[in-house]
Amino acid sequence: MNKDEIENLITLSSDLRWKIGDDFHDSLAEGIYADASEISNASVSKDNEKKKFRLDAKIDRIVTSKTWGFPIMFLVLALILWITIIGANYPSAMLADVLLDIVHPFLKGLAAGIGMPWWLDGFLIDGVYLAVAWVIAVMLPPMAIFFPLFTLLEDFGYLPRVAFNMDYLFKKSGAHGKQALTMSMGFGCNAAGVVATRIIDSPRERLIAIITNNFSLCNGRWPTQILIATIFIGAVVPSSLSTVASMSAVIGIAILGIFFMFLTSWALTKTVLKGEVSTFNLELPPYRPPRVLKTIYTSLIDRTLIVLWRAIVFAAPAGAVIWLISNIYIGNESIAAWTIDSLDSFGFLLGLNGVILLAYIVAIPANEIVIPTILMLTVLVTGVTGGEGAGVMFELDSVNATGDLLRSGGWTLLTAVNLMLFSLLHNPCSTTIYTIYKETNSLKWTTVATLLPVIMGFVVTFLVAQIWRLF
Amino acid sequence: MENKVNSACETCPQFNAKGLKKLGVHTDNIDYVVALAGNPNTGKSTVFNALTGLRQHTGNWPGKTVVRAEGAFEYNDSKFKLVDLPGTYSLLSTSQDEEVARDFILFGKPNVTVIVVDASRLERNLNLVLQILEITDKAVLCLNLMDEAKRNNIKIDERTLSRDLGIPVVPTSARFNEGIPDLIQTISEVASGKIICKPHRIKNVPKKIEDAVEKLSTEIKKQFPTIPNSRWIAFRLLEGDNRIIKALKTGEFA
Repeated sequence: MNKDEIENLITLSSDLRWKIGDDFHDSLAEGIYADASEISNASVSKDNEKKKFRLDAKIDRIVTSKTWGFPIMFLVLALILWITIIGANYPSAMLADVLLDIVHPFLKGLAAGIGMPWWLDGFLIDGVYLAVAWVIAVMLPPMAIFFPLFTLLEDFGYLPRVAFNMDYLFKKSGAHGKQALTMSMGFGCNAAGVVATRIIDSPRERLIAIITNNFSLCNGRWPTQILIATIFIGAVVPSSLSTVASMSAVIGIAILGIFFMFLTSWALTKTVLKGEVSTFNLELPPYRPPRVLKTIYTSLIDRTLIVLWRAIVFAAPAGAVIWLISNIYIGNESIAAWTIDSLDSFGFLLGLNGVILLAYIVAIPANEIVIPTILMLTVLVTGVTGGEGAGVMFELDSVNATGDLLRSGGWTLLTAVNLMLFSLLHNPCSTTIYTIYKETNSLKWTTVATLLPVIMGFVVTFLVAQIWRLF
Repeated sequence: MENKVNSACETCPQFNAKGLKKLGVHTDNIDYVVALAGNPNTGKSTVFNALTGLRQHTGNWPGKTVVRAEGAFEYNDSKFKLVDLPGTYSLLSTSQDEEVARDFILFGKPNVTVIVVDASRLERNLNLVLQILEITDKAVLCLNLMDEAKRNNIKIDERTLSRDLGIPVVPTSARFNEGIPDLIQTISEVASGKIICKPHRIKNVPKKIEDAVEKLSTEIKKQFPTIPNSRWIAFRLLEGDNRIIKALKTGEFA
């Protein structure tokens, strides 16, 4: 072959394109459909009973109906969260007993026995080990319940119906209807949600989906929401209602996230990302009875353990970092105390505190470790310790003890509410940021996607704090 | 890893349990590359897992698999690399998942392309099948979700279908591991050239388009005598597909 011949070929194709007219694409598509119909007519036969797909259609008519679609969505989410909150208490307490009350003193004794220097003992056992143990005790049980339930829902085929219900709202906000699917992926993991935006053909709408995916609460943030809601929101109502109250608070935050997703999409389409909305076909796949045991097994292996492992991998060095910044002194104060002090006044404006802001800096690699970091730093500042040194975690045997500790760190209901808001509205974790950069190949849009939610978080928490304090 | 099958299958000469080894992610030293294509919601990832012994998470909505997943299996001393492509409804538009799928079938030149279709929605799925058959002449139709088709009282005459499409058709229910040994056997026979496919080419196109395609395709064949899909390239050139024009210029088809 040579270059000229290829050029001739391309010229010939352009000439022919002129001749056949502009209905080529449609004629070809029609031709394919006609062939498909001939072939399938020749080989497919159906029993003349009309009962096929009837059950599917019946279920769909209810779960995607204008009246019942949304209430059913919220009820399903509520049920899953309710089972998670109720079910996680007992195993959590048991794990804490073993890891913190039995194994930790044992390790300390062992270290003393072999004459380990105090700083190494503090660094490894009080820093790294306690952080890891805490993550396992508090995060494993809710994850082990929440993820299999969520995966069962996925496998049953419910998520495309969620997308169907939301499609109209996305279109209204100027985004692509398929964003409803990437949003649902984001409820698992934002990095996965960002990768999934590849199904959106228009670059404009894809960018919107990428930037707003962070408003889907991810795996790493559900446990934070559930825990803080259980401790603080559940406590303001009579105990018989506390589960319902904390569950509603978590659902409220998730819905608020979806609301911010629409708001931001809408704002982007009205300003920097103007353009037409494209249409698409969403096929509602048939419901498939999930294979329960297999699903539970794979979701434990694929999701629970992976998220837990990620939490541990990041919690261990974070524990070490916390111990280090608490034990390295500049003048009279440790680095941690100094940073917390300087962040405190800004934190107060937001209805948060210096500890929370520092924790969000330490926890950029993984949202999973926000709560353990906050606890360790709180211990450091309040001096409430189990008789151990700086940057050491205490014996945390129950959700109540966590609450007492946080309250002694000056937490109020406002702090809790704003933490939940800030957990929803802050920068994506570093994995997601890196994924956004890989997918957009643009420093500019990566920066926007990273900073936009933090700024929104600052604004929202600031407003809530100011209004709250008026009353 | 042990391969689970119904005991009845094991007595059949088609089934060769000893010949099959699932290799998981170990894709080195392979003899054949097998692409796995199909619409979303047809159980492609389930077929992929059944063949490789991997446990890629499966889900039934578009977008679950947007990147290529790779795995391998060994059958009768030949190693096969299996590439799970994103599920798409068509190869005619420009979203990134469709491009990944199309580029792999076109430029990755897999030895066999397995097209997974939903048996209970065959007609709709054929749209993609017919497009793929324009690109490659070594393909197997995996008629998956037979359990669902049966539940919905749908019967499919596999022989007629196979004759009309010009490629082997294998009914499966991958979720229950049914038909998988048969699928493996067929893949290996197409790969080794024991089965020769005569894929269906799109017929119902208006005369003036057919003439243009014919003319262009003849010219393409002069330049690239060995390619099996001159007709499909002609389709794309008439559409003005820049990716294909670029590929012609850089000689990616050669």
